[in-house]
Amino acid sequence: MKRTVSALLAMGVILALLGAWELYVDLGGVDPLVLPAPHAILASMFDDRALLWSNFLVTAKEIVLGILVAMVAGLGVAIVIHFSATLRRALYPLLVASQAVPVPMLAPVLALWLGFGILPKLVVIALVSFFPIVVTTLAGFTAVDPELIKLMRTFDASRLETFRRVELPAALPSVFTGAKIAIVVAVIGAVFAEWLSASAGLGYLFEQSIAQLLPARAFATTAILCALSIGLFGLMTVAERRLLPWAHQPIGEPN
Amino acid sequence: MTIEAPPHWRVERHDTGGVRVERVSRTFPAKRAAVHALEDVSLHAAPGEIVTVVGPSGCGKTTLLELICGLQRPDAGTVTSAPAALMPQRDLLLPWLTAVDNAALALRARGMGRDAARLTAAPWLERFGLAGFEQARPAALSGGMRQRVSFLRSLLAGKPVLALDEPFAALDAMTRAEMQGWLAHVLATEPRTVVLVTHDVEEAVVLGDRVVVMSPRPGRVVRRLEVPLTRPRRRTDPEVVALREEALEALGVTP
Repeated sequence: MKRTVSALLAMGVILALLGAWELYVDLGGVDPLVLPAPHAILASMFDDRALLWSNFLVTAKEIVLGILVAMVAGLGVAIVIHFSATLRRALYPLLVASQAVPVPMLAPVLALWLGFGILPKLVVIALVSFFPIVVTTLAGFTAVDPELIKLMRTFDASRLETFRRVELPAALPSVFTGAKIAIVVAVIGAVFAEWLSASAGLGYLFEQSIAQLLPARAFATTAILCALSIGLFGLMTVAERRLLPWAHQPIGEPN
Repeated sequence: MTIEAPPHWRVERHDTGGVRVERVSRTFPAKRAAVHALEDVSLHAAPGEIVTVVGPSGCGKTTLLELICGLQRPDAGTVTSAPAALMPQRDLLLPWLTAVDNAALALRARGMGRDAARLTAAPWLERFGLAGFEQARPAALSGGMRQRVSFLRSLLAGKPVLALDEPFAALDAMTRAEMQGWLAHVLATEPRTVVLVTHDVEEAVVLGDRVVVMSPRPGRVVRRLEVPLTRPRRRTDPEVVALREEALEALGVTP
């Protein structure tokens, strides 16, 4: 009930903002080339649906694959760093440095190197998504109660057994948290990668629409990118609740 | 109901099966002044004996247990103990495992297969009054139930010595009294050498064959009490009350 009310309130705010925008463009004499009205954007979404859909599929595939690559690589690097203090010292500065590279500058370099296929996009998306996953996963490993590690030692569990039975499952919710943060940056990464070296995708379509003086289509593209981002975030939340139901219950509290 | 323990569960026999702590000191270096956790502490538990250690916070009780479990080394003195399993103060059950899988954790850590470990643990759950809760996750169990699963988990480690760290401190008074009776009953049917630390003087007297009273920082033994009383004991028994008063007096608490 409460959730329905807050959903309705949020919808109301969005509708009010769209209404104000519509009135501003219609009555304010704004050039539709500068700012298209919401109804024009909606019309473009309908008229260009085939075009939007085919480009949506390209970008969605890039992002989903890129985040999967980042999750596997991020988990792998986090495990390696967790097990070896030496490798932590060796790799951590590199990890931070990888985030310091500006994506708009990286994308053309990668295009030169890796061509115009899906590979440079995957690299850019994986690179920007990787960092939050590594950091949150490492935090998940270190958040395990030291008492639990001691307990496992009195059970004669090896380092690897303790990791497999205690630390890894305990860190899984953190992996999901990292992946949720990663989704948002992955969408930005995908757009940059497509601007510079693509022949398809929502980022590419956006650029083309601006160049062809079709601002309504550009706005429609942006709206669909936002929806993609929100949709992936929602999917990740649902997946987490399904796969790790225990992570959403209060734990360890004495009754 | 009696259940034949499977062969792999049998307690490992050692020449002593007991615990001998001789004139042990343990100091932790700290920034300002070193913390003397234990100073010249001796403690002896014959095989099958229950020794309770009682003292205020900061008397090095947890350090003592970790020395017995081999998780720390003394700075001075010797610790000789048969292999010991720890039972931590908070239950520290793994929230992603069911009650039966939590109880079987030590078996799994030793490399036993999942089904064999469950088959071994399940009859014990029933015996511990947890029938019907085998598949429940910790979040669905009451505090007393969780503590029983936690105790079972340490018991199934199959060690001759159990090191219990304030096992009932987190429970409400009623559940605690109930669990004390339960533990005394379990240990009568499943004898182990037990070192139980607590800050509850009454608990120490009700459960122990012998009580070691300790002073805070540095942790020293200030009194040793023999409890030659039959079980079950009641906290209102005049002998129990007398011993409790004696322990309290040793702790400097005057009525």
